[in-house]
Formats: sequence, structure tokens, C-alpha cells
Amino acid sequence: MADTPGTVLGTSPDEVQFRFRDDDVVDHGTVTVDSFVDQSNATAVRIEPGDDARELLPHLDRIALVEVNFPVFGDGRGYSAARILREAGYEGELRAVGEVLIDQLAYMRRCGFDAFAPDTPLDMADAEAAFARWGNVYQHAADGAEPIWQLRHG
Amino acid sequence: MYQYDSYDQAMVDTRVEEFRDQTRRRLEGKLSEDQFKPLRLMNGLYLQLHAYMLRVAIPYGTLDSRQMHALADIADKYDRGYGHFTTRQNIQYNWIKLEDAPDILADLAKVEMHAIQTSGNCIRNISSDHFAGAAADEVADPRPYAELLRQWSSFHPEFSYLPRKFKIAVIASDSDRAAMKLHDIGIQIVRNDAGELGAAFFVGGGMGRTPMIAPCIRDFVPLDQLVTYAEACLRVYNRHGRRDNKYKARIKILVHEMGAEEYARQVEEEFAHLLEQGIEPPLAELERIRPYFADPEFETGLPSELDRSDPEFALWADSNTHPHKTPGYVSAIISLKPVGGIPGDASARQMHLMAELAKQYSFDELRVMHTQNIVLPHVRIADLHALWSQLEAAGLGAPNLDTIEDIIACPGLDYCSLANARSIPIAQRISERFAAKGRTRELGELKLKISGCINACGHHHAGHIGILGVDKKGVENYQLLLGGSEAQDTSLAKITGPGFDEAGIVDAVETATEVYLSNRTEGERFLDTYRRIGMEPFKEALYG
Repeated sequence: MADTPGTVLGTSPDEVQFRFRDDDVVDHGTVTVDSFVDQSNATAVRIEPGDDARELLPHLDRIALVEVNFPVFGDGRGYSAARILREAGYEGELRAVGEVLIDQLAYMRRCGFDAFAPDTPLDMADAEAAFARWGNVYQHAADGAEPIWQLRHG
Repeated sequence: MYQYDSYDQAMVDTRVEEFRDQTRRRLEGKLSEDQFKPLRLMNGLYLQLHAYMLRVAIPYGTLDSRQMHALADIADKYDRGYGHFTTRQNIQYNWIKLEDAPDILADLAKVEMHAIQTSGNCIRNISSDHFAGAAADEVADPRPYAELLRQWSSFHPEFSYLPRKFKIAVIASDSDRAAMKLHDIGIQIVRNDAGELGAAFFVGGGMGRTPMIAPCIRDFVPLDQLVTYAEACLRVYNRHGRRDNKYKARIKILVHEMGAEEYARQVEEEFAHLLEQGIEPPLAELERIRPYFADPEFETGLPSELDRSDPEFALWADSNTHPHKTPGYVSAIISLKPVGGIPGDASARQMHLMAELAKQYSFDELRVMHTQNIVLPHVRIADLHALWSQLEAAGLGAPNLDTIEDIIACPGLDYCSLANARSIPIAQRISERFAAKGRTRELGELKLKISGCINACGHHHAGHIGILGVDKKGVENYQLLLGGSEAQDTSLAKITGPGFDEAGIVDAVETATEVYLSNRTEGERFLDTYRRIGMEPFKEALYG
């Protein structure tokens, strides 16, 4: 089913539990990276862990939503996929879906995710604490946070 | 020594709060054990056979007396009065209660310590040369670079769910005292023909079930691109490292399967891209870190002669000191390998004493060696006898550095849930055997390393003599390996043949040493003789 070319996948707006964007939630299904590259009219795409996010780079201007799937939370390839898209200038919605848990939220934010549709809804208070916990960071990433070395040296 | 500023302190304090919150959610049942496991591992907390084990990071193996006292206090307050120094220059405690772990992390944070990323599939604590800043043969002190990378790798958002664990070592001399080429990334700080410092990157080494020596993938990375290059190495690994089989998930398998050249090419491509992203700290950050590692105020005009009138002392001084770059000083090694003892273990009382001695004799500094001993890096030669007397009185004066008694051993089946066989008793029997026969000194440098399973935490692949414990139909069995080295002449040991039982392996080691003694030529170490005459004479004696 999910592998059939052109099949519409993805999460719906009411499954998006956290969103850090002012625009409207993108409300159309995503397609696989292969389908997306073949279809000139698709505007939403879903990246699986084994997909190469760089295949999307020639098409960034027509993408409104990228879902990055975490089938298991321990597979960290989606973090690289997210940063690669942001580094290439992608400004649309970047939605983490799948096994998205409290303790991965902060790192996902840092890698450029701005929407979260966890398979299992998260405890609101725990999630808010997790998003707010890290006031400083040691590295430059995709969230625009100034690393500690930058604060030290201006 | 590096000292935290308010930012560094806030980071470890935040980590303590975060882990306290995670532990609460685990105890309330909001986190499953599967979900909690990687979180506790990234805070150094393993579940072993009998209890939780907590591994505390000692970045690049350097600590001061205040920190060593704190480690001793933790051993007394939360454990059974001792700790175990590890092959990655850390310390671990074997009898920890989960509910105490957040308080222990809080105690550590008070002395600028932590357990961040001492386990889990992330970038681990960064190790270095235990004689950094003291040895005469280095082009620079490697620790400022290790500290720069410590900060970069701490809480790295992209590289915290890697295919597998990731270990980095940084050295700055041609003598490798940190097993650099047996790390996921080994970095050697070098000086190029133009006189500039830079970093050579060796990627894809490791031990475990598939030992590999890391190939050099770039011989010079400028210092103002160090972090960016490391980021490129990690990104290629995170994206392409195998995740289908945890035993093939280390970067060494990726580099091996892809080929070092192709891996290097992909890293270069990612590196070129990342250079445009502005992720590199300015050189000013390195310049901020460097003065923390400046030389202490060494005295000049000190005597360099040793008073050798006490033969026992002279024996220790010959065995357990290393030349220092400053006349009148040496680095003194405290052996944690008493005959019949547990390699790397120290009691709280001994830790307190080592801390006091560091304060008194070594500019308040200690180092942990990857061979599970402790270094006082800067000791006046004139103070050595007084130092030795106090060590000797506390059971810390074993004169056996780099001898067959100076054994690396993993915790083995006495503690570890992965082990197939015990390591500690084998180490104890071997050191007892050679000490009793008075053979230790005659054998000279002989590095013996014991692992209780194929994961090779006891570095058996890199032993001049290696021992690997396996499970043979429910019985502990020990394979003998010869010819490994973790030094600059890195090599992997080879198995001699069928394994031995617990008593047989001790006899087999002795047999191997007899082959050496009867074949060695003037000045040859065990390893040199093995390399010259090959495996056959050993096999003949062992199985013939």
C-alpha cells in the first residue's frame, strides 16, 4: 500500500500535536520520495530513513510540506535529512512523524523540525518542559540558536 | 586544566535536571524501559548482572584533586567503597541504585564533572594521551583540541542516535599512547612543512568482533576547520552506516565495505558543503581554551639525579616513571595492578590518597591511563622517594608498569551481562604466577590484555599476548592470541589455536613466555621476537 507509486500517505492536520509556524497547517497527503521526483505537481513528500533527502533539493521551490518518518526512535537518519533540507534553504513545514517521543523533541527542533505529529500523543506538560529545557547549545545547527562559542566571542 | 565557565556549568546542571525528570517519568511508568534505555545510557547508566553501573566521564583522562576526592566520596556514599578505572580513561561504579543516579550526577556537577554520553549510540567521552602536556615528544598539548571536540559533541542534535557508539581519541605525538588507530576516529595533531598545526584524521578503527586499524583519510585538516571536518565524517556515517545489524553498525564496517577512498571522497563532498554553513567555532575559541592547559610553573635548576640507595625504590622509579619535557621532573605512574588484585580498581581511601599526593607533588593534577593506571604527570625527581613511600604504604607501589602484571582486563562475567567468561580471576592468577616465580622483570615489556567476550573491552586484539574468554558448551574457555599492539606500530593479534580451560590458559601464557625467553635476541621485547620468528614456534610449544 504505502509503496504503491502515487499513494497518498501522511498525517492529517489534526494529528499535528505541536507546530512552531504561523502559516496554516499543510493539509494534503504526502507521497514517497520516488513518487515525488516523478510527479511534477506534488507539493508534499514523506522521507523514510533510507531515503536520500538530497534528491529533493532540485524541487524545493514546489514543496510545502516534508514529513520525516521515524519508524523507530533510535534510527537517527531523519535528523540528518532535516538539517540537509534546512541547509539547502528549505523553509516549508518540516514535520516529524512516527515514533516521536518527549526526549527527542529538543534535538529535532535543533535540526529544523517545526511540526510534530507523534504516533502516540505526548503529555503536554512534559513536552513543553522538553522544548523549553535547553537555554544554550554547544553547536550550530538548523534552528538559528547561537552556539555558546558565539556568545563567548560575539 | 580546563575550568567551566557559566555556560559549561549551566549545561551540566541542565542535564542533571533533565535526567532527574527522565528518571521520574520512568519510575512513574510514563517511559517504557525500551524508551528509557538510550536515555539512561547517554547518562552513563548501564544495567549489569547484579545492579546498575554508572560510568563517569573523565574528559581526556585529566582531573584534579578536588575531582578525585569527589569520585572517592561517590564510591563511599553510593557504592561499596571502590571504583573501577576503565580503558577509556573513565571511572565506573558497579553497585548503583537507579533512584540515586540523579543525585550522583548532581554531586558530579558540583565539581565540573558529568556522565554525559559515556554510553549509548552517540559520540562518547573523548580520550587522549595520558602524558599530554608532560611528554617531550609531542608537537602540542592535544587536550585543547579534545576539549573543543568535547563541547562540539556534547548534546549534538544530529548525532545522538547514530547506528552505534562512536569513540574519538586525540593525540599529538608520533608515539601513540592512546590506541588512536583503534578508535572510530583517531586524530593526530601534526605540524606540516609550513610549520602550521593541523589534524590528521584516521577513521574506521576499532576492536570488537571485527577488529580494524583505522586508515588515514586526510593527513591535514587546518585547525580552523577541525569541527567542520569531524561533522562531515559523522554525517556520512549517520546517513550511511549500517542499521540492519548491530554487529555491523560501527563506522569501521562502513569504511571497510565502502572502501577508505570512497568514504574519504564522500566526507570531502560533505565537508565542502558544511564549510559554507558557518558551523566552525572561531580560532578565538581554541585560543580561549588553550591557556587552561598551559604548563604549571615548573622550577628550574632542579637536580635530575635519582638517589638509588634504596633498591626497592630504585626498582619502582625505573619501572613506573616516564621522562618529562622539563629537566628535574618525571611523570610518575601509580599502578592499579597489585599482584592478585583487580586491574583498575581503587578503593575510596586510595582515591583520596592519590588526590592528596597529586596536590602535594604534581601541581594538583592526575591522569587516568587507558591501561587502567593513574599518572601524576609533573613530579619533581627529588620528591619521588617521598611519593613512593606513601604509595607503597597504601598498596599502590607495585613496580610493574608495562610488564606482564600490568594487565588490562574487562569486568567480565563477574559483572557484565554481555560476558561469556570471567576476566578478573584470569588476570589475578597470571599476575600471581609470574610474581611468585620472579619472572616479571626478566620478561620486560609485555602487554597482556584480557576480554571476557568477543566485544573486546579488554583490548585482547591489541595485546602482545591477548586472551579472549568464550563460552564452550556452557564452560568458560580461553583463546590465546599473540602479536597485537595498540601503540604506533599498531597490529592485531592472531589466535594461536584451540582454547584452554581456566588453569590451562595460565600455563599457556607461561609457555609462550618461555618460547620468547629461549628465542629472544639482545634488546628484543616479546612482541619483537614474535614478529621475527612468527607463530610456529609458539604453536609447537603450546600444542606440539
